Amino acid sequence: MSYAFTPGLSVTKSTMIRKKRILPIPGDVHVKVGDTVVAEKIVAQTFVPNDIHMRPISYIVGCEPYELPKIMKFKQGDFIKEGDLMAETKSFFGLFHTEHYSKYTGTIELISTVTGMVAVREPPISVHLTSYIPGKIIEVTENLGVTIETHAAYIQGIFGIGGEQQGELMTIAEPDEVLTLDHITKECAGKILVGGSLVTADILRKASDFGVKGIVVGGLRRDDLNKYLGYEIGVAITGQEDINLTCIVTEGFGQMRMAGHIYTLLNSHNGKPASINGATQIRAGVIRPEIIIPLQDTKTTSEDETLTYGMVIGTRVRIIRQPYFGALGSVAELPIELQVVETESHVRVLKVKLEDGSLVTVPRANVEIME
Amino acid sequence: MELSDSKTNNLEIILATDCGSTTTKARLFKKIGSEYRFVCTGEAPTTVEAPFEDVTMGVRNAVREVEELMGIKILSENGIQIRHSSKDRGVDLYVTTSSAGGGLQMMVFGLTKSITGESCERAALGGGAIVMDTVSLEDGEPIYKKIQRTRHLRPDMVLLSGGTDGGNISDTVQAAEILKVSNPQARFGESFSLPVIFAGNVSARRPVENTLKDSFSLKIVDNLRPSVELENTDPARDAIQELFMEHVMSHAPGYNNLMKWTDVPIMPTPRGEGTMFQTVARMERINVIGVGLGGATTNIYSTFDGKFVRTVSANLGMSYSICNVLREATLENILRWIPFPMDPTDLDDILANKMIRPTTIPHSLEELIIEHAVAREALRLGLNHHKFLARGLRGAIPKKLIEDTFGDSSLLASYIDMLRVDLLGGTGGLLSHAPRRVQSSLMLIDGFQPEGVTRLIQDSVFMFPHLGVLSSVHPEIAYEVFDKDAVIRLGTCIAPKGRPENEEEEMLSIELHMPDGNIRTENLIFGDMMRIPLAVGEVIDAKINPHSKCDMGAGPGHELTTRIEGGEVGIIIDARGRPLVTPTDRETMKRALLKWLTHLQAYPEKNLKKYMELI
Repeated sequence: MSYAFTPGLSVTKSTMIRKKRILPIPGDVHVKVGDTVVAEKIVAQTFVPNDIHMRPISYIVGCEPYELPKIMKFKQGDFIKEGDLMAETKSFFGLFHTEHYSKYTGTIELISTVTGMVAVREPPISVHLTSYIPGKIIEVTENLGVTIETHAAYIQGIFGIGGEQQGELMTIAEPDEVLTLDHITKECAGKILVGGSLVTADILRKASDFGVKGIVVGGLRRDDLNKYLGYEIGVAITGQEDINLTCIVTEGFGQMRMAGHIYTLLNSHNGKPASINGATQIRAGVIRPEIIIPLQDTKTTSEDETLTYGMVIGTRVRIIRQPYFGALGSVAELPIELQVVETESHVRVLKVKLEDGSLVTVPRANVEIME
Repeated sequence: MELSDSKTNNLEIILATDCGSTTTKARLFKKIGSEYRFVCTGEAPTTVEAPFEDVTMGVRNAVREVEELMGIKILSENGIQIRHSSKDRGVDLYVTTSSAGGGLQMMVFGLTKSITGESCERAALGGGAIVMDTVSLEDGEPIYKKIQRTRHLRPDMVLLSGGTDGGNISDTVQAAEILKVSNPQARFGESFSLPVIFAGNVSARRPVENTLKDSFSLKIVDNLRPSVELENTDPARDAIQELFMEHVMSHAPGYNNLMKWTDVPIMPTPRGEGTMFQTVARMERINVIGVGLGGATTNIYSTFDGKFVRTVSANLGMSYSICNVLREATLENILRWIPFPMDPTDLDDILANKMIRPTTIPHSLEELIIEHAVAREALRLGLNHHKFLARGLRGAIPKKLIEDTFGDSSLLASYIDMLRVDLLGGTGGLLSHAPRRVQSSLMLIDGFQPEGVTRLIQDSVFMFPHLGVLSSVHPEIAYEVFDKDAVIRLGTCIAPKGRPENEEEEMLSIELHMPDGNIRTENLIFGDMMRIPLAVGEVIDAKINPHSKCDMGAGPGHELTTRIEGGEVGIIIDARGRPLVTPTDRETMKRALLKWLTHLQAYPEKNLKKYMELI
């Protein structure tokens, strides 16, 4: 039997989620194994290096670079404050002075006797790392972070913008409904809104103004995305946008009905707290946006914790390209021979039995496995 | 690298893979009788990324397809089986290229953007890298901004140069100091030191070493600009390849195992690809431009009067970075190549969907035509980028031009003269998989706008990179397969440079001495395109008389007598003028495009008729 290998997006009712929360550089971890934490808990903290400023001090005070150590009032590694006398030269038997006062506060990181440059690094910036999801600490990575475990429903979107957010899920529209400004009310503040086949830039702006934490929707036009962000996205690497609203698209660009199984799962948790992250990276390590809904019930379904490595007869798939975009079905046949499609290309195909009973032939590259 | 005789003799089955950013492509070569031929292909999605994070899984799946199709056993639990005593299973040699996970990403540091900065870029690109950023000391940007830029990048490697040998060392050391205090982190492997290659002023070696040795993994090689008039990029380029294996590949997901499977070092895909274009230019002693149009990047290679230049345009690609092509080319420029009604917003969404689901392929003809439209623009932008680097050494003024004034723009112009390009070649999934060969020919013509008489070739099933890495150990086998199975001879493009003042005028007349003995004469007016069948292997005499304002290579209005080679497409006569100026009115452009596509039989006739009815 032919073997295919098409990763899909996770949509899981119940699974054990483990999140590794790691600082960018070593710091202090504030929790220990076995602790139970809320999503907002600061689990680790560190200081990251701040901006550094280099100035040609030997040129400024009029000396040779090799003379710097003699005329500097501070040594490499010393802390200096803005306005402190950094360097001083004297000439003509001490009659003339040239002084330089530091323009920055920070640590002297470099005094170069070759180039005459002096570098001052500003005091480090404190970085707090929150738990992001509620749960139990199951592992501490010394000086770096923790792993948190929680039992949750887990859904991956296809594309998102905005970073980590927490809030209550609030269903505001049916899966095929185009969202309007009227869907956004004062009651939406602090919530993660669910539903709809299309959201526009105006709605995203209004939601942001009303303090909405996130929107999970079927589709978004790229034009609206550009209008909302104020710039064009050229490659799908997101999550660092300077916005206070996270938007997760479950299907793709354009008006797209939210897939029934995703909508049903999200709607079944209406009113419950969730953690979301819009970060998406398609290249060099795929990251898809996610919705994590912590569960009280600790039972897990049989399919959780399994990665689908292959596609075989009966595998549930979703077609992800026209002319059958969004159609669900199961693999009926995996022919080995190349077949001709409408483009006249000879490609590897599979036959999919759709939910309405019809059988369609599509390129293997155009389906994703439903996990 | 040389393999021992026992390795290179009696090779019967050779497996080569390319781990691309989207797809892993396996190709099997076999000795049939006394010649080596390509026999089978297998492809699977690349698995360097989450959730798999192991490149070998994609390799296994691609090879598994080869196993199925050939009915042989190649894989074992430990990877690719290399045949020793048993002839029942395995292959005799396994080689691979890779651009997965974004390829080799480098940052370059030079003193001046136009002198060492450009030489650094050429060396890095020559090594098969993508240049993420170029920092130069004298570009007018404040030092703190250079530091900020450098800090936030996560390159695989840094190339630092600056200063001519024996010259002032202070600026070179300052560039090293900026690099040190910026402390950029490596992309893969949080704990390992970022590799830095220093290829600058020999007198600055010791202070640069003192500055960088504690923070980076430093390698010092010969200066790539020993004097202003001389560029020596080979030592830096070789160091890039060495460090690519030692430091970068060994930290990328799964490559540690893949490196154990291969018989020769893994080669960056652009380097493998470029090697084959370079080989053609060397063997035939001609000027060649080649392109590798990939999912993430567009790689252009030129050999002009023996000088080879390779550029990698990061973020100009047909899947991951397709929206970046859209951003740089603009919607209007892509729309001009689409012959049916298309709402710009829908086009925007179709391309964005390709970006987020990069491994999907067009199923409908309309979506195929849309991707071909984007490809034309990616090629155009890629060539513009290439021309920027394919030019004379800046800072070096030829003696005969010393009397010229400073800033003479002719000194800075690209030496790529499309009228002198003998051969244009394309590779990459989209070009190789174009259902009709005339489609890839047209993409090359519209994207690059060849002038005069230019032969066109393409990669049959995308195996130039595979043959490039194979040629590093067995060039004869690589060239034999290249000539017999990899190269598709598309034909010849005839395109006068210039345009008549009156658009109703005749652009050229051509007299072709056809293989059957007949003389075929054609007269084309401005704006016409024509396709004349001429089979692979057929070569005929031709006399071409261009309009007095147009040039075929013999001077404006002068007759050119030449030989024309046939191919799977034949002869394409392009009388649209150069530079190609397309109508700005969308409906007029659609009519013109449909006329060209119909004359060239580029897509199914019934679909083109349907599109015409919609205008």
